[in-house]
Amino acid sequence: MSVDAGSKAVSIRGVSKTFRTGTTALVDIDLEVEPGEFVSLIGPSGCGKSTVLRIVGDLVQPSAGSVLVNGKPAHRARLDHDYGIVFQDAVLYDWRTVAKNVSLPLEMLGWSRARRKARVEEMLELVELRGFESSRPWQLSGGMQQRVSIARALSFDPSLLLMDEPFGALDEMTRERLNLELLQIWEKAGSTVIFVTHSIPEAVFLSTRVVVMSSRPGRIADVIPVDLPRPRGVATREDTRFFELVTAVREALAAGRVEAPPRSLATGEVY
Amino acid sequence: MQGGNGSGTLRKLATLLVVPVALIVLWEGYKWLWQTTGWGWPFVVNDTTMPHVYSILQAFSQPTTTGGPPLIQSLLHAAWFTMKEAIAGFLLGGVIGFGLAVLLAHVRLLERGLLPFVVGSQTVPILAIAPMVVIGLGSKGVQGWKSVAILAAWLTFFPVAINTLRGLKSPDRRAVELMQSYAASQWSILWRLRVPASLPYIFTALKISATASVIGAIIGETPASIQDGLGGAIVNFNQYYSLQPTFLWATNIICAAMGLVFFGLVVIAEHLVVRRAPENVV
Ligand SMILES: Nc1ncnc2c1ncn2[C@@H]1O[C@H](COP(=O)(O)OP(=O)(O)O)[C@@H](O)[C@H]1O
Ligand SMILES: [Mg+2]
Repeated sequence: MSVDAGSKAVSIRGVSKTFRTGTTALVDIDLEVEPGEFVSLIGPSGCGKSTVLRIVGDLVQPSAGSVLVNGKPAHRARLDHDYGIVFQDAVLYDWRTVAKNVSLPLEMLGWSRARRKARVEEMLELVELRGFESSRPWQLSGGMQQRVSIARALSFDPSLLLMDEPFGALDEMTRERLNLELLQIWEKAGSTVIFVTHSIPEAVFLSTRVVVMSSRPGRIADVIPVDLPRPRGVATREDTRFFELVTAVREALAAGRVEAPPRSLATGEVY
Repeated sequence: MQGGNGSGTLRKLATLLVVPVALIVLWEGYKWLWQTTGWGWPFVVNDTTMPHVYSILQAFSQPTTTGGPPLIQSLLHAAWFTMKEAIAGFLLGGVIGFGLAVLLAHVRLLERGLLPFVVGSQTVPILAIAPMVVIGLGSKGVQGWKSVAILAAWLTFFPVAINTLRGLKSPDRRAVELMQSYAASQWSILWRLRVPASLPYIFTALKISATASVIGAIIGETPASIQDGLGGAIVNFNQYYSLQPTFLWATNIICAAMGLVFFGLVVIAEHLVVRRAPENVV
C-alpha cells in the first residue's frame, strides 16, 4: 500500500461504522477516488451509501478507519469548504428566495454582496434558471428545486461534490435531462463527484467507476470501471457497451446479495 | 379582477360583522325569553343582570361623575394605561421566552432540569402572586405599572418559550447537515436556520401572548389596587354594579376590543415577517 493518499481527491481506508443504536452500517470500506473522477455508489436501500457520503463530509464520525479529502482529514476539509453536498430532497430554505438560497454558502464565506450577486446569476445561468431569482422554492417543480440545490452546491467552487440520490424523487424524463446537464456541468467544472443512486442505468451513464455495495453489513462488493467514450449523450444509452455494463452492474448487485445473505440465514438463527 | 377584490373586501367585512350581530341577537333573545317566561335559572334576568345592548352603548356617552367627562373618555384613558402595561409585559415576556428557548434548545441538560419549573411557574395563580410582586417591588421604589407589566410578562413568556423551543428544533437533519457542510458555527445555524424556521411557531405564541398579556395586565391591577387602568375601572364599577350595571359591561367591551386590537397588530406583523411555504405555516 504505497499509494500516495495525498494526491487522491478522496481516500477512504478501513472505514467501519456502528451507530449508537447498535446498527452496523459499514464494515471495512476502502475506496480511493482520483481528482476529476465521477464515482457512483449503488446498492440496496439501507446498505450504507448515505453513511459513506456523510462520513466523507465529516457529518458523522466513523467508528474505525480514516478518511482523507484532498489529502486532509475530513474534518479539516469540511472547515476548508472543500465539498458541496446535494440531498435527495433539495433542502432549500423556504423563507429564502431562489437567489438567496444559492448565495447561502457564499454568505457563510463572507463574500461581498456584489460578488455574491454576480456569482448567483452565473450559477442560475448554468442550471438554466435565469428569471427565477426572486421565486420562492415552493413555487418551483421538483426538478427545478434540485437544480437550485445543485447551483448552491457549486456556487463556491468546491473541488468535491457529494450527491445523495439527487434525482431519486424525479420522474424518468426529468432525471435523464438532469443527468445530461450534470455531466456537462461536471466536465466544465472539473470537480470530483461521488454520486449515490439506486438506478443502474443512471450510475453507468454518468460514472467513470461504479462502486457496487451489498448490505448487512454494508461493504463494497465490486468496483466496475465504465469505459464508455465521452462526451456522453443520448446515443450513449443505445450503445451495446452501455447495455453490457448495465448487465455487469446488475450481476454484481445480485452477486452481492448471494455472498452476503441476511445474518439470520448465515448463522441459522431464527427470529 | 378589481371588482372581484372589491366584493371580496366587502364579504370579509360582512363576515367580521356576523359574530357581533349574532352575539347581540343571542343576548337580546336570551334576555327576552328569560324575562317573558320568568325563568330564574341559572340567574334571574332583568335590566340589572343583563342590560339592553343599546343602554350599554349609551353608557359610553354618560359621565361617570356629575359634570365629569363621558365614560368613553375615562375608559380610553384607562385602556391606554393598561395597554402600556400589556405591551411592556408582552415585550419583556417575549424576550425572556425567546432567550429561554434558545438556552433550552442548546443545553439539553437544562431542558430536562429547567422545563418542569417553567411549566410549574404557570400553575401558580397570578392572583396569588400579584400583590406580592406589586407590594414587594413597590417597596423597592418600582412604579406600580411596571410591576403589573412584570405580571403580564409572567403569562407571556411561557407560550413563547414552549413554541419557540419547538420551532428551533423543527429543521430536519438534512437542513442542519447542510449548514454543517458549510462549517457553520452554532451561532450561524441559530440565526440562518433555526430562528427563521421557528418564526411561524413564534407568531403562534405571540398571538396567544398578546391576549394573555392584556389579561395579565388587567388582573395584575386588581389585587394591586392600581386605579388608573381597566382593572381599576372593573373593580370600581363592580362596587356600583346595582346602580350602574351598564358601566361594567361597557368596560368589558373595551377590554375585549383592546385584546382584539393587540391580536390584530400581531397578525399584521406576522404577515409582514413570515414568508414560508403554505404547508409550513403553522
Ligand atoms: N443516525 C443513525 N442512527 C442509527 N442508525 C442509522 C443512522 N443513519 C443510518 N442508520 C442505519 O444505517 C444503515 C445504513 O443507512 P444509510 O446509510 O442511510 O443507507 P442507504 O443510504 O444505503 O439507504 C441503515 O440500516 C440505517 O437504518
Ligand atoms: Mg440513503
